[in-house]
Amino acid sequence: MPATRPLPELVCPAGSLPALKAAVDNGADTVYLGLKNDTNARNFAGLNFDDRTAREGIRYAHQHERKVLLAINTYAQGGDISRWHRAIDEGADLGVDAIILADIGLMEYARRRYPQLRLHMSVQSSATNYEAINLAQELFDIRRAVLPRVLTLDQVKQVIDHTQVEIEVFGFGSLCVMVEGRCLLSSYATGESPNSHGVCSPAKFVRWEHGSQALGARLNGILIDEYQQGEPAGYPTLCKGRFEVEGDTYYALEEPTSLNVMAMLPQIIDIGVAAIKVEGRQRSPAYVAQVTRTLREALDAAGREPQRFSVKPGWTQALSKLAEGQQQTLGAYNRPWK
Amino acid sequence: MNTLQLTLGPVLFYWSRDDILRFYSEAADWPLETIYLGEAVCSRRQQLRGQDWIALGKELAESGRQVVLSSLALIESESDLRRLRKLVENGDLQLEANDLGAARLAQQQGRPFVAGHHLNIYNADTLALLQSLGARRWIPPVEMDRDTLAAVLQQVSSKGLNIETELFAWGRLPLALSARCFTARHYNLSKDDCQFRCLEHPDGLRLNTREQQAFLTINGIQTMSDGCHSLLPHLADIAAMGVKAVRISPQWQHTEHVVAGYQQAIQALNSPLRPDIDLAPYADSRLVDGYWRGEAGIAAIGEAHAHS
Repeated sequence: MPATRPLPELVCPAGSLPALKAAVDNGADTVYLGLKNDTNARNFAGLNFDDRTAREGIRYAHQHERKVLLAINTYAQGGDISRWHRAIDEGADLGVDAIILADIGLMEYARRRYPQLRLHMSVQSSATNYEAINLAQELFDIRRAVLPRVLTLDQVKQVIDHTQVEIEVFGFGSLCVMVEGRCLLSSYATGESPNSHGVCSPAKFVRWEHGSQALGARLNGILIDEYQQGEPAGYPTLCKGRFEVEGDTYYALEEPTSLNVMAMLPQIIDIGVAAIKVEGRQRSPAYVAQVTRTLREALDAAGREPQRFSVKPGWTQALSKLAEGQQQTLGAYNRPWK
Repeated sequence: MNTLQLTLGPVLFYWSRDDILRFYSEAADWPLETIYLGEAVCSRRQQLRGQDWIALGKELAESGRQVVLSSLALIESESDLRRLRKLVENGDLQLEANDLGAARLAQQQGRPFVAGHHLNIYNADTLALLQSLGARRWIPPVEMDRDTLAAVLQQVSSKGLNIETELFAWGRLPLALSARCFTARHYNLSKDDCQFRCLEHPDGLRLNTREQQAFLTINGIQTMSDGCHSLLPHLADIAAMGVKAVRISPQWQHTEHVVAGYQQAIQALNSPLRPDIDLAPYADSRLVDGYWRGEAGIAAIGEAHAHS
């Protein structure tokens, strides 16, 4: 194995200015953020950046020699798509280091208007193979693609070996079991999806029902799960509820778990992954600080001594407190995944 | 006013070879402009292989139908890509590209293609881009509502884009794809040893909420709606907007009755008669049209607006 593999960039979420600073202060190489509107796929109330906070955040990151990425990762909707064009204009004007785009029509706009602007292909583009990625490279000179969380490590390597485009993978955070950009479950239940509105299972549709026996979690009236007394209740993300199939009631689609690739870091470095992404723009600055610090340590250790790398109990402890449903998984990177 | 055409989408479920061949021998006589065929969902489903689909497609093409090969929507491995290349290089039949990689291969071969609904075309700029790559027809995302589509089509005509529109108009809605197989999971099997249990569920597996509300359908790695999406009540509007074709998604039983009902409704568009066509008996779940009306997709036909 080449000993000179550069360490992948650690790319951390910034849902707010304090979260951005927490990421920078704790060792993120890069932070990613979105604007306060439906041009970004984490469009939650009270989150994201306006012009002033974006400028302050970018100043802070650049002062510490870190990079800032702007996510414009919803699909431009319908007849008037000026909102999305303005978001790209704004990103170029702010001086972000790259813009992350899902919609190839927007990639074309960005490339035409801002020939120097670095473009990344969002995970929402659903590019799971190198032919798709190479198409975007030929047409728009994209420099990096974020892979949906559905490939095995061997499949990730296959992509890396067949493209000039840098490859970014998800390393930690809430796990989407579906191919990003190809999941409409949220709009089927509520009318709003990540592709169209930048949200999944939006909070305004959530109702908690306190019954005598159980606590019900509903999304637009649909019962996503119910919890007996003493059972920990989770947010009703609709793929993470318990449902009944042929008489069995279970997590039919997905348990509430978090992805954690820490155990695989040496292999991830070895196959030439360019960046590891942490999910969580809707999470607190304290969460971002803790995850960033832990992954920074682990990544540095894996880079120093890949042969002798092992996951330290302290790291596992730190992350398991933050994991959704208190469980962690290697997800699709690990083949026998049910 | 152009007359709406009827198309038959690819079979999204896993049926045995004999059942597939029987289905298409019947479908060859239905009033369809285009028949789409091929495995669009799961690479492990190989009752028919690429060459078999191509051969079947050529046979159907002789019956005077346009035939289009639908590509796999989730392309993960090199063997998926190899199969895709074979489909694209077959030389005779066009491709429905359900992935950008498929669009690229079709473009490299200089072959016109249909841009499937998985390509996520939500605006006229993106549509124009796909058209420049060789798309001659597109299927909007199934979640797109009427007003958004109307706005896009208005721009299509003002830009003078030469591209046809086909709408997913009947069937369980394909909503999500995963690396994980939910049918295998249901049987406590690993995906690589799924024992092809999808064959036992020719319309998928119904997923209910804990209070027995029918909600979704498990179809291997695909998650679909339980509700049967039906645009039948909206055909006059759809035709007036300039949509070229509406797609019927095959189901285990009664597909022929659904096709006949749509055909009757389309013929009636140009006459003062308004036949009362009820297709509910041919769906084994509730009829929904929420997406078209800008609502949650699960909203039943005629159901008033659900407020958050």
